[in-house]
This record gives sequence, structure tokens and C-alpha cells, in this order.
Amino acid sequence: MRARVLVRPKAGILDPQGVAVERALPALGFEGVANVHIGRLIELDVEDPSQLEEMSRRLLANPLIEDFEIELLEGGA
Amino acid sequence: MPEAAAPPTVEDAVALGLTREEYALVCEKQGRPPNQVELAMYSLLWSEHCAYKHSKKLLVTLPTEGPFVLMGPGENAGAVDVGGGLACAFKVESHNHPSAVEPFQGAATGVGGILRDIFAIGARPIAVLDSLRFGEIETSERSRYLLDHAVGGIGHYGNSIGVPTVGGEVYFEGPYEQNCLVNAMALGLGEHGRLMRSAAAGVGNVLVLYGASTGRDGIGGASVLASAELGDADEDKRPTVQVGDPFEEKKLLECSLELLERGLIVALQDLGAAGLTSSASEMASKGEVGIDLDVAKVPLREQNMAPFEVMVSESQERMLCVVEPARVPEVLELCAKWEVGGTAIGEVTDTRRMRIFDGPELVGDMPVQALVDDCPLYDLAPARPDAPIYAAPPATLAAGADPRAALLALVGSPNIASRRPLFEQYDAIVQSRTVRRPEEADAAVLALPDGGALGVSIDGNGRRVAADPYWGTVGVVLECASNLACVGAEPLGTTNNLNFGNPEKPHIAWQLTEAVRGIADACTALEAPIVGGNVSLYNEGATAGPIYPTPVIGMVGRLPDATSAGRLGFAREGDAIAIAGHFHPALAASELHKLRGEPLPDGLSPVDLDAVRAAQGAIRDAVREGLVASAHDIAEGGFAVALAECCLAGGIGATVDLGDSDDVWTHLFGEGPGGFVVSGVPDAIAHLAERVRVDVVGVVGGDVLSIALAGERHDVALAEVRGAHRALARFFP
Amino acid sequence: MRFGVLRFPGSCDEVDAQLAAARVGDAVLLWHGDRDLQGVDAIVVPGGFSYGDYLRAGAIARFSPVMESVIAFANHGGLVLGICNGFQVLCEAHLLPGALLPNANRRFTFRQLDLEVVSTQTAFTGACQEGETLSIPAKHSWGRYYADEPTLDELEAAGQVVLRYAPAQNFNGSLRDIAGVRNAAGNVFGLMPHPEHAVDARTGSTDGLRIFESMRLAVEGARA
Repeated sequence: MRARVLVRPKAGILDPQGVAVERALPALGFEGVANVHIGRLIELDVEDPSQLEEMSRRLLANPLIEDFEIELLEGGA
Repeated sequence: MPEAAAPPTVEDAVALGLTREEYALVCEKQGRPPNQVELAMYSLLWSEHCAYKHSKKLLVTLPTEGPFVLMGPGENAGAVDVGGGLACAFKVESHNHPSAVEPFQGAATGVGGILRDIFAIGARPIAVLDSLRFGEIETSERSRYLLDHAVGGIGHYGNSIGVPTVGGEVYFEGPYEQNCLVNAMALGLGEHGRLMRSAAAGVGNVLVLYGASTGRDGIGGASVLASAELGDADEDKRPTVQVGDPFEEKKLLECSLELLERGLIVALQDLGAAGLTSSASEMASKGEVGIDLDVAKVPLREQNMAPFEVMVSESQERMLCVVEPARVPEVLELCAKWEVGGTAIGEVTDTRRMRIFDGPELVGDMPVQALVDDCPLYDLAPARPDAPIYAAPPATLAAGADPRAALLALVGSPNIASRRPLFEQYDAIVQSRTVRRPEEADAAVLALPDGGALGVSIDGNGRRVAADPYWGTVGVVLECASNLACVGAEPLGTTNNLNFGNPEKPHIAWQLTEAVRGIADACTALEAPIVGGNVSLYNEGATAGPIYPTPVIGMVGRLPDATSAGRLGFAREGDAIAIAGHFHPALAASELHKLRGEPLPDGLSPVDLDAVRAAQGAIRDAVREGLVASAHDIAEGGFAVALAECCLAGGIGATVDLGDSDDVWTHLFGEGPGGFVVSGVPDAIAHLAERVRVDVVGVVGGDVLSIALAGERHDVALAEVRGAHRALARFFP
Repeated sequence: MRFGVLRFPGSCDEVDAQLAAARVGDAVLLWHGDRDLQGVDAIVVPGGFSYGDYLRAGAIARFSPVMESVIAFANHGGLVLGICNGFQVLCEAHLLPGALLPNANRRFTFRQLDLEVVSTQTAFTGACQEGETLSIPAKHSWGRYYADEPTLDELEAAGQVVLRYAPAQNFNGSLRDIAGVRNAAGNVFGLMPHPEHAVDARTGSTDGLRIFESMRLAVEGARA
């Protein structure tokens, strides 16, 4: 099974990278952009998708400062 | 594995950078037209970068011998004896063209490459310095971008691998707008008897490749050789940018040093420009042996790589070693411990040929000598230009500006302002050797185990060399040695990176020839021989013209007592301030003239090399003996700027009186080698006057910088000078 | 007094920490793959870029075999000092509260800083004076200390905030200017600045030596 884990910074925590990107976009001519946040994407093939929750909690994300979201995709090796 | 394409043609050779004549010579050496693998290898080894076609005849005129030289040019790095049984390996290299494409990775991999050259000879890297040149950041967004990302890349790589970046320089001039310069210098420490050479030896010995896997990094230009099946749609499979991984290199470094410490290997070479092609071929050439290499054994990170791609890949963080067959299992075990994949990929033979196999199939067969040594060398046809090559810089200082305004403008100009926003992005202290950090002294100082220390500086001045390639270059070498003198270090050896335009053009050939002559004469006079270096040519844009001729000089020296290392900042209220040395300032090619938009002068004044050398010696001894509280080389901006820098570094003002003058501007802002600003108790300064010309001009104290000259006094509050000095901060938001 | 300094792939300041600790006692390097702590009296988790800072700084190092032993050692009251990347590893391993985030100024920054000693009632600052300022360099890109408000209040109330950045010195944006914290039991301490780089007058300040001295005093005091 191919899976995707999206890790994003918890709301309320300062995200200076997101702020920097939010400020850079208007300089390139893109208006009306707000609330930019930058996270991380992990993609993997798993034999047992039920392990993804624990994998994410223990290693892929730091639950103290990050939220994560698991997506199961079609296919995979 | 894709079908082999039709044999390459002379047009393919030309597309790869060979001339028709060179191609014909290759055919002659091979006894037949070269195939895909062979043409790829010849085109790389016979490129300017690898073969030094246009510069080798000049480089042999440089002085390379001296009592402290342990390893001269020709190995991965040079090395000098620093006492206590230790050798200091060092070298400077450029990564100009990749940095213009992708400045972060270009600068990062430049650092990675020079570090590998250091540990390839068995020295542990202990410091990095970088020399950067870009266009005018006040007006060019592109140059601001390049600066920001190059600094980021250097920091990323150096910090992650645990080697401190302890010094450097950065300059901004119009001629570098299209062709930026990123030169990286590294130093390492190793034991004398254990320095490792790269000559492959021992017929039957095994070639082991270790480090990162091999991909398509850097192949770009060679893609013309790809088989017909790989078309335009596959462009994305051939990245031209090399991506570096400092974590991988840290493991590589520790593994390499342990391999050497345990005596497990016979020879070692890093893979840099031209990857396996140059490393394996050069090892074979130095050892006067042959090598059989099987590309099918090379660990790959991409699918379906053709043999020529494996041979020309510039994937980073890889090393090649030669191992006696009995020791191969231990070598592979050590590689496994450090998690750097090790694989046997070939063996040393007595055929004097490079034979490339793809499994059982022989896909390339070339005489080693033809590949490495028989590349034609070209004579330059230098001719002094009869018209100016470079446009005058744009004026940024108002025409009627008074000395006070000029001083503030200079202190705040990008070439002089504080580099703190840059060097704060570098770890300057890891490895616990750093005795003088950036902006504390004119040179970096690194403690040695025996209580002594190394002084190291890197310097260049493209504009002055453009004004006078010979005397400008002499001035650069002297400045480097003056910086060492200010910390109390005596020069041991020198490395140089020659950054020039297209040497096939007579005026560039003239710049190159004169600059090399300047290096030779200055290094001879200073007894600081060249132990290695690098050449980067063809730095010119189609529309923009050539860069300023920019020889970059790195120099390493030794001081016997780390605790006596000099500082540049004034130390105490009441100390006397003096101008010392053999100083004959002039405004020609000065920063003041740049701000005024003056065109380059046609020539600089000659310099009395022996007198400057004697002055450096006097300053050096005064620093070592503790006679002076501070010492600072007078460079860009002349005396007034040097004085301001001493005040800022010390956090204290100064009051000086320069007496009468019939040329106030030259007196305040004139430049030239051999002058120093020193401070100390009056008796000690008087002592210094016994050895070198000393003019006491004032006293340290207060919070104002006050200069009297020709009956007028110019005052600037130190706080205002400090504000101006922070000019670069806004370019690093 | 014997210090054990951990070494992970990518550690940079482990030898520096070993040299610093060796001024106060004996110091050995402990390889990440070995579970044997060789009977040391205190553990130092050093600075650097263990595992290249991949995923999150310290996220992978925390699972190494040696860290299993360090966690057990800490749970039995052994002294553990985490410096920079070491602080990150200890937070990831939940031996210390909170987490370290990328610097608010988004850049790696190296600066000599003034740190205020908030508490001298710890095994790591026992040799300091209350309210004293230590001059210690910091060099990192991922040093912004974070914990939620209730946790921060608890830490302050319990005296677990040990070091704070002096006014105008906090370049990484750490909440409440927190530079170093200890666990509730007081045997584990982490800080972002590098005390091992402030032990030699030739290369800078010597204020960092106080932290290693404090640890020696604590260990010898416990033996007495």
C-alpha cells in the first residue's frame, strides 16, 4: 500500500518560514495570499497501514509541535 | 542498458569542448576514432579545467620550493611543516560557474570539494575561508540573491560537517555581475610522515570506491553523447547542478581518516570535477600503472545509466582508494561501520592503459599517458590592451562631499562595511582551535597542540589588478602577508586561485601573464612558496565582458605563542596611535576613486618589495613581543578607514593630527601596500621606531573619531561610524 | 569523576565537549551503537548535526542503542547534560519538556551571548552565583525553545528554567527567553548555547567551565 503522511506545524506556533513565503509572493505579483504554513511530506510503501498512526506519532512527526494527516493511496510496490 | 549509439563524430567532440585539432590528436593516440566512453573521458581530461591547457606553461614559473614545504603542487593539496611533527595541508579552489547557476549548492559543493582534497592527503580539515565576488548589490537584485544564497550554502556545508569557517572576503564590482566568483580555501592538520599521496601502486591491488552512490549529477554537457532513445523529454534526468550532502561527507571524512590511521590503504583520491574519469586516470598516471575499472560494479542511484555517464558523473561525496587484496575485507568493514558504502570496482594493472568494462564487455580502452599527460598545452599570446577594457564604476559619492562625508560613505560602502551579517552565519569555533574570530584581527588564528598557532588569510583585489596586473597582484600577495604580520605570523606557504576571462584573447593573456609574474616575484621576495592552487578561466559573459583579473591569494603562517596573537581593535584609553611601515599611499584604483566614479588608472606605482617585507617583519615581531596593543593593515579606504576600523573593533574613539598636507584626500584615503595602524604605550611604540618608520599621530580615547589635517579637524561620533558600518545588514533580512 | 560524551554519525562538537569535560575529570567518547555506558558518572549529549538533522533535529539519534541506556541511566537519577543538538535529542526522547523549533530569524546564527543564571539549585549550576551572567557562545539554526503556556508556567513555578538569554540576546525566539531547562527530578539539563566552547581563555570566555565544575561537585557530593 502506498501511503502519504503530511506533517504540518501546529496552529498557534510561530512559523517564520511560512511568514517569509507569504511576504515573498506579493513581490512576485501574487495578491490575496494569507495563512501560509510550511510542513513536510513523507511518502512510503507499507505492508500494514494500521501501523502508520504509531509510526507518525513516534518518529515521523513530533506531536508536541506538529499535527499529521495520513492518506492511503492506490497502488504501491 | 540502452543500445550503444552510433559512434561519436567530430561534431560531438566539438560540442563537448574539444577543438578539431584536439579531436584529430585523440584519434591518433587511440589509433582509431574514440567511442562514446572514450570521447567523454578525453573531453573532460583535455578540458581547461582538468588539463590547464592555457595556464600550465605559466604556472611552472611559480616558486614552489622552500624549507617548510612538505608537499608542493600536483597532489590533492599542498602542505607545509608547522612544527611539532605536524603538517598543515591547504589549498584554494573555485566553483564559479556552478555558483552562478545555483549559488547555494554551487558554494556548498565548492566547500565540499576543497575539504575532500584536504582529507584525501590524510589531514583533518580544521578551517575554511571563502573569497566571494558579485556585482553591485545596491543596484542588482540578482547579485543580492547570489550573495545571500552563496553565504547560506557555505554555512550549510561547513557548519554541518563541523569545520569552522574562520575568515574570508567579499567584494562587489560591476564586472562580476554576470560571472560571480566563489573561491573556497581549506586547511587541515596531519602528521608529517603520514601524508598520503594519490599515485596508484601495486599491480593487482584493488580499487575501492566508497561514499555516496553515483547518479547523473553534473552530466549536463556530456548529454550530447546519450543514445538516441533519451530525448528532450528526459532533460530532467540530467541535472547539471551537483547537490552536496555534508552529513555524507562527514562520515566520509571520518572513514577516510580512520582508513589512513590504520594503514589500510595504499593511495587515496577524491572524486571532484570529472568524477571517476579524472580520479582513476590521474591515480594511474602518477603511479605509472594501468587501471581496469568495471562500471557495472559502481553503486548507482539512477536507473539505466550508460557507461559514459558513470564515468563522467560528478555525484558528490565519493572517494577512490587503492587497497592490497588482503586488506579489502577490513576496508569494506570500516566503510560499513561509518555507513559509507564501499565497493571494489577495479584493479591496478601493468598495462599503462585505462580500460573501462561494463561487466564482461570492454567499452573503453585508452593509454593513460594520452589521457592525462598528452593534452596539448597552449602558449598564450599576451598583448597589452591599447584601450581601457572596463567601464568606469558609477559614481555614488556626491561631487562636493567633504572628508567627513567621504569617510562615512566609505565605511558604509559594500566593499568595506562590516561583514558580520555574513560571518554570523558561520560556525567559527567548532574544533576548539579558534584564537581570533572574524573581525577580531586581520587574520584568523588557530591554536596548535604545541602552544603555537597558525595565522591564515585570503585576499584579492580585482580592481587594482585590472589597473596594473603586475603591481596590483604584487600588492595582493603583500596584503596577505601583512595580514599575517598583524597577528604575529610568519608566512610558510601560499596557495592561489587565478580567476580570469578568456585567455585566448591577447589582453586577457596579458593580464594572466603579468599576474603570474607578480605572484612569482612577491612569493619569492617573501619566501612564501606556492604549494598548490587552481585556475578558473573563461569568466566572461557574451554581453558583459570579462571579470576583473582576480588572482586570489591564500597564505598560511605560524606564530610561536598563541596567546600573543595580535588584535586589530584599540585596547586602552591613552594608548598612542601610529602609522608604521613603508607606506606610500596613492588614490589610483582606490575605493575613494571608485565611489567618485573615476575610471581605472593605467598602472599603479611600483613597490619596494624588500622594504615592505622588512616592515612586515618589524610589525610581526612587535606583535609577538607584546610591544603593540593592536595592529591593523591599511588596505581599502586608506588610513582614515583603517583608523575607523580600529576604533570600532575596540569600541573606543581616537584623536589624531596628521599635520600639514598638500593632498588631504591622498593622506586620508590613499591606498597601497606596506602601511599599518598600530597602538600601544608610547614607550613601546618608540621601541618599534628603531626597526621601522613610525609616525605617532594621536591617542586612543573618547567616543569620537577626530582627525586633524592641514589645519582642519574632522569629527565623527563613533556611534555614527558604527551605524554606517552596519550597511550590509539590510541585505540579510 | 568520569564523563561519557556520546558520538552519533554527524556529531560535531563531541570532541570539544570531551576536551572541556577533561579539564574537570576524565572523559570518554561513547559510540552511538554501543549500549555500554562504561560506568561513567555523567553523560554529555553533544552538539552537531546528528544524522544530518534529517526529519527533525535529534529525531533519529534519540532511538539509537546508546540512548536506550542513557534513558535508563537518567531514570535512575544519572546526570545528563544536553548541549544544542544534545538538547534537541533529549527533548525528542522526552527526557526534557518542550521542543526546539527553527530560529525565528530563519538563519543559522553564531554569537557570543550573555546568559542569566536563573537557578543555582541544580547539579549543573551549583558552582554559579544566583543572577550571575555567563558569557557563552551559541551557534545553531534550530534553537527556538517551545512549550505550551501551561507547561511554561509549570516550569517557571517549579524552578526548572535554569538559564535565560539576557535582554536583547535572544536571536532564536525562544519563548520567555528560555536558554536552558532541567527536568522535574533535576538530573537532566539541556541548553542551546555551548559551554564546552567557553572553557579556555585563549579561545574566549571560561564561564562554561562552571557547568562542568557544577556537575563534578554534584557527583562528588553525592558520593560523600
